[in-house]
Amino acid sequence: MTVTAGSPDPIGPVDRLPRWGPWKTALAILRRDLFVTGREFPVFLAQVILQPLFLLFVFGKVLTELGYARPGYEQVLFPGLVALAAVLTGLQSTALPLVIEFSYSNEIEDRLLAPLPTGAVAVEKVVFAAMRACVAAAVMFPVGIWILGSIPWQASTGAAVVVMIVLGSLIGAAMGLILGTYVPPNRISVTLTLVLTPLIFTGSSQYPWPSLQHIRWFQVVSALNPMTYVSEGLRGLMAPGVPHIQTWICFVVAIGSLAILMVVGMGGFIRRALG
Amino acid sequence: MNAGPHDRTGESLLDPGLRGQAGRSPGASPSATAGTEAVEVSDLVKRYPKAPTDSLAGVTFHVRRGEVFGFLGPNGAGKTTTIGILTTRIRPTGGRALVAGVDVVADPVGARRLLGVVPQINNLDRSLSVRQNLLFHASYHGVSKARRTELADALLEQFGLADRPGGRPDDFSGGQIQRMMIARALMHAPAVLFLDEPSTGLDPAARLFLWEKVGELKAGGTTVVITTHDMDEAAALSDRVAIIDHGTLLALDTPAALVKGMTGERTLDCTVEPGTAAAAASVAAALSSLPGVTQADGLDEPAGAGWRFRIYVEGEAASFVAPVAQAIGTSGGKLTDVRLGEPNLEDVFIHLTGRALR
Repeated sequence: MTVTAGSPDPIGPVDRLPRWGPWKTALAILRRDLFVTGREFPVFLAQVILQPLFLLFVFGKVLTELGYARPGYEQVLFPGLVALAAVLTGLQSTALPLVIEFSYSNEIEDRLLAPLPTGAVAVEKVVFAAMRACVAAAVMFPVGIWILGSIPWQASTGAAVVVMIVLGSLIGAAMGLILGTYVPPNRISVTLTLVLTPLIFTGSSQYPWPSLQHIRWFQVVSALNPMTYVSEGLRGLMAPGVPHIQTWICFVVAIGSLAILMVVGMGGFIRRALG
Repeated sequence: MNAGPHDRTGESLLDPGLRGQAGRSPGASPSATAGTEAVEVSDLVKRYPKAPTDSLAGVTFHVRRGEVFGFLGPNGAGKTTTIGILTTRIRPTGGRALVAGVDVVADPVGARRLLGVVPQINNLDRSLSVRQNLLFHASYHGVSKARRTELADALLEQFGLADRPGGRPDDFSGGQIQRMMIARALMHAPAVLFLDEPSTGLDPAARLFLWEKVGELKAGGTTVVITTHDMDEAAALSDRVAIIDHGTLLALDTPAALVKGMTGERTLDCTVEPGTAAAAASVAAALSSLPGVTQADGLDEPAGAGWRFRIYVEGEAASFVAPVAQAIGTSGGKLTDVRLGEPNLEDVFIHLTGRALR
């Protein structure tokens, strides 16, 4: 296709880039999300740091120094808080934005009308939310060193830790996809409260799951929370001395839950996007 | 997926896009792409889950390339559903719909390359400036960076938005928002542009600006499909008008031909002061039964304290004033005002559906 240089008619032919396919459109949408987040990066950082920072400080530092928590508790806590940061940030980065974009701002329409499959718009949302969640989890490391002095870490399992963080981020984002597409907008506020609190406190981030054997019912409840396997997986990889669920089990369950959550979430998204 | 010249899969995706552009280079006549209609809808059916009836009950129509096509009907008639299906946002229950030759159900991604949508409500990206809204939209559609920058600047200028390109959508008026949405839709040079109730909520100046732009788009060869419940708008803009109600297409022709179809008919608009014994239905019945009266409709729109009726008559309207006044009086009302008129598009609508649009 030819283009008249400096054509005065803006509604003339457009030179579309050759080899432009749905993947490129998805990347262009991701670029937009990164552009907007990049512009507000300090705000985003403050948003993701604040909660884990206080949790680490109060549970890892204050309670230990006051003698209410045993020394070494930070070994249990730190991997769990990394998991919490990943899952929670992932969830928050999809749930509320989706509710707003589908109901109030309708911003998502321009993406749904872009040349890519509808499901790809959902995948982009999840990938972008997971990227935010990975940043939140990564930020925990310097924060942990700063507050606790040292953090549990094994160089040999570094790569597996990264993979588990990515999985945790995707699990959180997929949970948010479900909430953001199935929950009616007028109920999202109450639903988030009802979902987030149990999610945070049954995800084995503050306690090792195997040590719950004396509180059997709570152990069963915790086993139903996919975050448990992210917390336990990271614990096994970073602080193998602490009791933990076997790492391979954590990976298998995490991947399995991610698959189920994504299938359900995509169903919700497509239902909302297409009449 | 790629769209290179040696990639068959890619070719099939991009080719319609190129065809879509071909007829729209400045000066090119719509006949350059003759053979394919801009929009082809056949036996389109949509039934929403749990709905007792079909929202669309087998609608068939074609939109020619380069024409402005008005889609006219009251709220709930099926306009939005039809446009939703054509713009790939609603899946039909049955039938077939093609936009620029691409089946919107079988190849929604291909169809989205070729269509542009200006929605009724603001869906601009609030996190981006006006200019960025245009640029990112074009990037989703694979418009090259150089071209999209050039286009964005030209469109901002053309739509009177060039003085505040860095402003956020929330800081603009309704008319400006709508201009932004049209400019955005044009960033990927769609072959068919869908405007959903474009002048709802616009002041008269913004409305005229919109009408002017639609005229320019048509001159440039873009096919424009407009939904509206505004008769004046439909008559002023459209080459052809489809009238839809209860999910069924009632008529499709040029506004002039639709009005001409009511030849020999004249109208009397009557305002009636309700008497104590009078009921609007009995007045309408009395009027309908007069010799020479083809139809008498109560208009929903209240005019002051009285009822309004539009009476269609054959022959000289003035000769009906006395019998009409008498019939109203007999049925307990009192004629307070009468206006004689020629039928317009609104009459066609009332004639077809038996009710006023607004």
